[in-house]
Amino acid sequence: MSEQLRFTKEHEWILVKGDVVRIGISDYAQSELGDIVFVDLPDVGDHVEEGEGFAALESVKAVSDVYSPVGGEITAINEELEDSPELVNESPMDRGWIVEIKVDGVVQVDDLMNKEEYEAFLKEV
Amino acid sequence: MRYLSITQEEREEMLRSLGIDKIEDLFTAIPERMRLDEDLDLPPPLTEAELVRHFSELAAKNKDLKSSVSFLGGGAYDHLVPSIIKHIVGRGEFLTAYTPYQPEITQGVLQSIFEYQTMICELTGMEASNASMYDGASALAEAALMACAATRRELVVLPESLHPEWRDVVQLYLESQDVNIAYLPYDEATGVVDAKAFEAISWSEAACVVVQQPNFFGLLENVAAFSQVAKESGALLVMAVDPVSLSLLKSPGELGADIVVGDGQSLGNAMGFGGPSVGFFATSSTKLIRRMPGRVVGETVDTDGTRGFVLTLQTREQHIRREKATSNICSNQALNALITTIYLSVLGKEGFKDLGSQCLQKANYMKQRLLEIDGLTSPFSAPSFREFVIHGAVNWEEVNARLLEHGFVGGLPLARFGLPEYVLFSVTEARTKEEIDSFVNTLRGLIS
Repeated sequence: MSEQLRFTKEHEWILVKGDVVRIGISDYAQSELGDIVFVDLPDVGDHVEEGEGFAALESVKAVSDVYSPVGGEITAINEELEDSPELVNESPMDRGWIVEIKVDGVVQVDDLMNKEEYEAFLKEV
Repeated sequence: MRYLSITQEEREEMLRSLGIDKIEDLFTAIPERMRLDEDLDLPPPLTEAELVRHFSELAAKNKDLKSSVSFLGGGAYDHLVPSIIKHIVGRGEFLTAYTPYQPEITQGVLQSIFEYQTMICELTGMEASNASMYDGASALAEAALMACAATRRELVVLPESLHPEWRDVVQLYLESQDVNIAYLPYDEATGVVDAKAFEAISWSEAACVVVQQPNFFGLLENVAAFSQVAKESGALLVMAVDPVSLSLLKSPGELGADIVVGDGQSLGNAMGFGGPSVGFFATSSTKLIRRMPGRVVGETVDTDGTRGFVLTLQTREQHIRREKATSNICSNQALNALITTIYLSVLGKEGFKDLGSQCLQKANYMKQRLLEIDGLTSPFSAPSFREFVIHGAVNWEEVNARLLEHGFVGGLPLARFGLPEYVLFSVTEARTKEEIDSFVNTLRGLIS
């Protein structure tokens, strides 16, 4: 099954695998937030609406909500972040993933940016 | 606070800048018929000497604890207050009307709050305490809300042996939050909750179960049973405790409590006609700390490695988390919390234990003496600490009025809480054997 990587304007990344998406924040987002000291994770089984904040990243500077570009059910959370929130800084695109969501219906990624579009978007920020 | 008066010149300058001719023009939005068109009905001004005399006369109309011997409790207690307290809290560095919002500057205040939190943790056996809350009742309501947020459940289980006024406060907080309340009746023979009462509760929905120790009647609840049912069902165990009782009883931490709250009035604070008081709030685990309401002071080191104090975990609070904050309390009762800190420091561990054992012994001595009076009985069989209930077929309100004439403040008649002929007495370490004997004899004369 092919994977598609997409980005949102709120600097989350979405890895689409069939009807399941994995969500994290981009390298740009983690560097802007600074050292992450706590990740407030949802519970597996929670339902998330599209555009809803489902987790919060607490850095030494601020607390930022992480928004979901899709609606669905949380099927996995990255429990490693409970004890090692710094993974979001160290490995934002890989070990610092935050949740997996099983999408309600069909995954719509057309509105989201691919890697090249996101890099172009960052230059404008 | 500095008082700067306004000169006529400044007044006119302000009117000019507002573009109006007279102050009355500011009130045109208020309909004419609603405006007062005469002077306020106030007495003429008094000289300083007249003013002092006037207020002294008014104050003399009050009965206070200097002129009366009190056996009244039910939430506020007449304990001895060491005089050093007023000298320390009266210092300008502490006596401020506001909580520290410039934490880097007010290191002394922050350290005093940190010491307070440390003492609350030691008393309760919890991991973390906040910087204090308004009072015990509101702290309990916040604990119930925190339990709902932490467990994502919406049922709060309250014992009917909880102080009825605390119950009112909890109800008020919860009714706007879509949280349901279930009640555990107390056993009419023992005065405490019997584990049989647990059977009627749908525990899978319960966010928390509350137990007040000692309960409203001064009786010791079987906390182990509450702890077990909480553990089995995933509900949090919330204990509302009388801090003085912790001098003798096992700490809530040892009993499996997840959240501990209580009222700190009895730790050196004046009864003050019912306030201001201070509520304490502590919790047991790192995970729950993130859900805790209120301010928290943490210890850290500065860039030179020197010990310092900061307001910490503020990301739970509404000035940062807005509508997702754990609570809308962004304040604390700093001065009252400081009083409890000084009080506990002055008493020390041994003094504090002595305090508890004197309360226990004197209260139980008075209970025995009262039961010697014909017609008075002890309606509840559970053991009591500093307060106890007596039953007697008399009008306790009327008896109290007569007692006051003899210089005594009697117990709390429970008629207004639905228990006519019941009265709740409180006996602290401040009472002497002579006072207790004299009270019992006076009461016997009044009701026999």
